[in-house]
Amino acid sequence: MTVLGNRVLRLEDEDLLRGKGRFVDDIHLPGMLHAAFVRSPFGHAAIRGIDKTAALSHPGVHAVLTRDDLLPYLKNERIVVGLPSPAYRQNRDRPALAGDEVVHVGEPVAVVIATSRYIAEDAAALVEVDYDPLPTIADPRAALIAGAPLAHRDAPHNLLAEFDMGYGDIEAAFSTPGAHVFRESFWQHRGGGHSIECRGDVAAYDAMDDRLTFWSSTQTPHAAMRILADMLGRNEERIRVITPDVGGGFGPKLIFYPEDITVAIAAMIVGYPVKWIEDRREHFVATTQERDQYWNMEIAADGEGRVLGLRGALIHDHGAYTARGVNLPYESAQTVTLPYAIPAYQINVKLALTNKVPVTPVRGAGQPQGAFVMERMLDRVGRELGIDRGEVRRRNLIRADQMPYTKPLKARGGRSVVLDSGDYPKCQEDALARGGWSDFPQRQAAARAEGRHLGIGVANFVKGTGRGPFEAVTVRIGPSGTINVFSGAAAMGQSTKTMLAQVVAEELGNDISNVAVVPGDTGTISMGIGGFNSRQTVMAGSSAHVAAVKVRDKVLAVASHILDVPERDLYIHGNQVMATDAPERAVSLGQIALSVTGTPGFVLPGGVAPGLEATEHVVIDDMAYANGCAVTEVEVDIETGGVKILNFVIAHDCGRVINPMIVDGQIVGAVTHGVGNALYEWMGFDENCQPTTTNLGEYLLITAPEAPHIDIIHHESPSPLNPLGVKGVGECGVVPAAAAIMSAIEDALTPFGVRIAQTPITPQEIVALIAEGRKKKAAP
Amino acid sequence: MSEMRRIAVTVNGRHHDADVDVRLTLADFLRHQLNLTGTHVGCEHGVCGACTILIDGRSARSCLMLAVQTDGRAITTVEGIAPGPGQMHPLQEAFRENHGLQCGFCTPGMLTTLIEFLRDNPDPTEDDVRIAISGNLCRCTGYQGIVAAVLDAAKRMKAERAA
Repeated sequence: MTVLGNRVLRLEDEDLLRGKGRFVDDIHLPGMLHAAFVRSPFGHAAIRGIDKTAALSHPGVHAVLTRDDLLPYLKNERIVVGLPSPAYRQNRDRPALAGDEVVHVGEPVAVVIATSRYIAEDAAALVEVDYDPLPTIADPRAALIAGAPLAHRDAPHNLLAEFDMGYGDIEAAFSTPGAHVFRESFWQHRGGGHSIECRGDVAAYDAMDDRLTFWSSTQTPHAAMRILADMLGRNEERIRVITPDVGGGFGPKLIFYPEDITVAIAAMIVGYPVKWIEDRREHFVATTQERDQYWNMEIAADGEGRVLGLRGALIHDHGAYTARGVNLPYESAQTVTLPYAIPAYQINVKLALTNKVPVTPVRGAGQPQGAFVMERMLDRVGRELGIDRGEVRRRNLIRADQMPYTKPLKARGGRSVVLDSGDYPKCQEDALARGGWSDFPQRQAAARAEGRHLGIGVANFVKGTGRGPFEAVTVRIGPSGTINVFSGAAAMGQSTKTMLAQVVAEELGNDISNVAVVPGDTGTISMGIGGFNSRQTVMAGSSAHVAAVKVRDKVLAVASHILDVPERDLYIHGNQVMATDAPERAVSLGQIALSVTGTPGFVLPGGVAPGLEATEHVVIDDMAYANGCAVTEVEVDIETGGVKILNFVIAHDCGRVINPMIVDGQIVGAVTHGVGNALYEWMGFDENCQPTTTNLGEYLLITAPEAPHIDIIHHESPSPLNPLGVKGVGECGVVPAAAAIMSAIEDALTPFGVRIAQTPITPQEIVALIAEGRKKKAAP
Repeated sequence: MSEMRRIAVTVNGRHHDADVDVRLTLADFLRHQLNLTGTHVGCEHGVCGACTILIDGRSARSCLMLAVQTDGRAITTVEGIAPGPGQMHPLQEAFRENHGLQCGFCTPGMLTTLIEFLRDNPDPTEDDVRIAISGNLCRCTGYQGIVAAVLDAAKRMKAERAA
């Protein structure tokens, strides 16, 4: 039996189930001190002075550090992380600690280092910061109006970046004779990442060795290493970043934060290891999140529901600083038309600075918002023209015989968007069939006769996965016989270790228990990009495959020499290489590895190069596009506005499946995240930019009773772009979820003429929309 | 402002006499004083359930209790669930086989909550299970693998009792 493609149990599980995982807060170092941050209580304020006296005299406090204390250690004071783009209109890189101005609640101003976190927090409350509050700007639309309060005192305006995207003759599309034109405005909101483990760092500086070791709950250890080296002006070889077990990532942990550089410098200043573990309140005010987008869109379609063109504008809340770049709204805008053959598309995108936490990707990275716009517009076309919602989609979907299909769009790095493979109409057909689409009207009518309101919704998606250019993987076998795998990939719950072990074991004996995987440790591999954008099975998987094949070839060449059996008559089983006809003629992987470590004065066996090792960086510039279709049935309680999801089907194609158990887990987790985005999660701020949801009682994460059972249909269209034929899966399920749910709620509330142009939607808002609909109907 | 008290607690069957700061949470006592880091802290306000442990067999949030409150009590943490070093509890096995965990951070609280639940409800329905873990947040799994694992564990435990 092969391990690739099968339901193999995970390497990660046993330790985690026994409480033997090692997360960043589980690291205890001798002499370790603890950090607590002093954070801005204002959305915008000038800092006139900081008095540390009382805090410093508190027993147990080792240091109270502000910007001035960090500066001698910083070659660059700003955290430069914005992805390249010509769209920027101003530079808003974050400082390590605030100087004379704070621009959002939660921005770090000072840090206290003490013998315990308890004492550090006591002393943090004693740091006196003299603030002079300044006007704030909360709404990204208002931010772009001339005369709006400025998010930064020295800014010329609040426009952070602006770009246009599109293709085709949009004017011609909208002036086509007989074209039907419909306009919609949408508000879309997504909240935070809310991994159950918050962020955290442990930094240890060894002056004897001039080495900084930095354990961090990060999705991007190599980026963290490079940013630390750049900001500190140090040789990157003297910095090692290690990701221990990570308790969920979901996007925000791919960012490098002010706390990261501050904790590293604090360890250098105090001469002891320093630990900082984010608490949940800090996660709400200091960890990046997605938040608000406002879309104004217009669609033109012919009388048959074929879309002629789509155009409009998007205003995106960027928050107070650039913590990743323009990529989030870029992905939103690029995603809109992906599943459909739409001849013309134009959109203007503006990123507005606000006095709120910086905005960066959360699982799905703006793509759920893009899909939502397209799917809601298609529902509108279907309704206005009297065409079934499934049928209007079918007429516009890109067909299998059109693959590969080039969209006249550029991915953010300038490469063309080429949809590589897939059968989108078949996915929709299967999802509609499983979801009971065709006989739903009868179910709906029967329920209505009982006073119950059922609705069904559908949404397609196409998701770019496997962001390049590469991921690094080393496969190495030593005399112990263990197959060691090192990678720049980062594991935060997606089963990355098991995935890599399966890919490598497929070539080297088929037993993942012989494989030891170390992801995310810059001390073990020089390059790496990390975990985000559903990229690691595609990128790290491809490198692991090629490296394993190279090691396998060498194993067989050396074994052939040792056993005096031709390579073609050898195979690897477990940790042994055996002769096909004579299994007693065998040599272990460990013996083979030992034989190529070199004996002084002796020739290497078979004249091979030393060592059993290969490092690969398979370069794949184009993305592998996964796709699928979600169909969901809901019941809406018209008295309370409560929405119950009765059924959720997703037909899904992520190419070749490495491990069906893990793929199912990723899909279910992502869909459930999307259900939360549709119905529960809302990160609130008042007009002064004070956050109003700063605990998990106010900010609702979906719990087990609300979570629907997800019914998955697998399609496997192998991607031609990588040797494994895989596409990414981690984010996919979240993309169509809100769109399908809103489609279903609207369908349930057809008797009241309710239209939904937002996500999330609360029960109160549903009740209000029903009341409004009733009033309109009652009006003459 | 802080003062120390001596407490006597049994944790996973082992007796400890410990001097604790009166304001030390039970979670921090277990994690940082006894080095039982399997108990996780996700929110420190009693919502996420990751820090759930058993006190005299009943589930409790160790982030909402002080260590001094456990004087004279018996505590079970995730490290104490398995019957022995080479074995796992049927619930742990069922979590592994049904992909009931991904990042594993919520898992210790899920397991302790469910040990109590399955003891009191040996033959639960899916709805019972979902309500039982409604005080435990998981961001990875969408709960589906967890629910399947619990139903599977109930079957395994029933078979064990019958054997």
